[in-house]
Amino acid sequence: MRSRLILWAIAVALLVALPPVMTALGQTFYIDLVRRIMILAIAAVSLNLILGYGGMVSFGHAAYLGIGAYAVGILAFYGVTSGWLQWALAVGASAIVAALIGAVSIRTSGIYFIMITLAFTQMLYYLGISLEEFGGDDGMRLKAKSQFSGLIDLGNPVSFYYLALALLLLAVLLVYRIVNSRFGMVLRAAKSNEARTRAIGFAPYPYRLAAFVIAGAMCGLAGALYANHTNYIVPGLMSWQQSGDIMFMVILGGMASTAGPVLGTFALLFVEELLKGWTEHWQVILGPLLVLSVIFFRRGLAGIFYKPDA
Amino acid sequence: MLEVRGLTKSFGALRATDGIDLDVREGETHAVIGPNGAGKTTFISQLAGNLLPDSGSVRFAGNDITRLSAPRRARMGLARSFQITSIYPEFNALDNVALAVQAHCGHSFRFWKPARGDRSLAEPAERVLQEVGLTDRRTVLAANLSHGEQRQLEVAMALATNPRLLLLDEPMAGMGTDESQRMIALLSRLKKTKTMILIEHDMDAVFRLADRISVLVYGRVIATGSPEAIRANEEVRRAYLGAD
Repeated sequence: MRSRLILWAIAVALLVALPPVMTALGQTFYIDLVRRIMILAIAAVSLNLILGYGGMVSFGHAAYLGIGAYAVGILAFYGVTSGWLQWALAVGASAIVAALIGAVSIRTSGIYFIMITLAFTQMLYYLGISLEEFGGDDGMRLKAKSQFSGLIDLGNPVSFYYLALALLLLAVLLVYRIVNSRFGMVLRAAKSNEARTRAIGFAPYPYRLAAFVIAGAMCGLAGALYANHTNYIVPGLMSWQQSGDIMFMVILGGMASTAGPVLGTFALLFVEELLKGWTEHWQVILGPLLVLSVIFFRRGLAGIFYKPDA
Repeated sequence: MLEVRGLTKSFGALRATDGIDLDVREGETHAVIGPNGAGKTTFISQLAGNLLPDSGSVRFAGNDITRLSAPRRARMGLARSFQITSIYPEFNALDNVALAVQAHCGHSFRFWKPARGDRSLAEPAERVLQEVGLTDRRTVLAANLSHGEQRQLEVAMALATNPRLLLLDEPMAGMGTDESQRMIALLSRLKKTKTMILIEHDMDAVFRLADRISVLVYGRVIATGSPEAIRANEEVRRAYLGAD
């Protein structure tokens, strides 16, 4: 436990130190890159709650990334630039959509669950494409970044960076507390042995649904951040490739571990960036690398640092 | 305590239970025996709510529970153990039992406080582990317990729900002689305070523990009575016990 806290402290110190160091070195590109990684890591952390701890293989988690981003974009389009309102809508709308999708899909399991979550997200993806007013296939430019009553200026790359870092740490802490609470124990028990869980008196459905909604809402926040990061909102955010990417971050980093999804996001996006610098056919190299990593790190990258407990 | 009337369940052409009538009295240990394929596990699954009957009824403590789900029945005080060990392998023994305790102290929509530090869960769980003799093994992952210990844990999880009726599906399954003797000793202690339905192949255990025995053959109860009466029953001897 103690050694894990030390590792966390080192990681956080490095992330806190990154902007001044990179500014001094004139490499501000890295501030942008790590900010993007941290935002997507929030999405991965949220997916880990249902995938890693809940055993729900949602192949549609990008839906909430898209809903969060469009919530910000559409409100800005109509001149509502209050970040409080935009982000509340991003989280609220994601939670509602997650409740609807979850209510149907959690009644199924296995391959059916995967296909239903995928199908719902594809519907949202095509909805995004069909919204001509909001750019359709091409997407829309974010008219102005979210305004927070002058508290924080997202136009400042460094302030935005620290906000993303703070929200990522908050998301990690939240999921950590949830999975170790009574609620989390039921969620993990239902994953471990459903028949036994029912036999001792728990109906897993409401617990799974609640976790699904929490994960959706959290990913919606990541979407709101992402819209402000890219200043551009495209339907592709809700594509199945994006869902697959988030899922892969979790699996690569280590399912059902606290740090896993964060490590996975950093590893995947750093390697991707590195390969992009070498060749335009970077996916040909990334693919086999991912396969090898899954074969050799059975518990994900987090498994290198510690054994995941139950 | 438990009244079963005309309980029938078919799988295709096979009538796994065929009009079972059975009463369990408060405080008794009621054994259900029968040859393989007699419908014992199908019967207990219908009592626990894992299978719904085609017809017939089950009343438990004055309530009709025929159509209730397994979790609802468990919360009413009907606890089962499984013939094939069913535990949480990646949790330790204490967590396994604490989860069963948790299932019976209100809803679990509590998202923040760590469940493991919660004394209101750990203390009852420790008591049950003590009762079944697993106190020394409480921090061992359930997957790493021996088969006999896993069977004890299985019983502990049923006990931890503080049940009014225990459904034990072959608690001695796959056990060596020593382990069986320990389980019989545990069950003889439990029978003083609990009402139990015991499904078991080990006749030694059945005749030592049971107050009454029902014999199930081809999905029907062919006899119910005291161990002596069952031992003396001609039909039972022919169908099952064998003329020795």
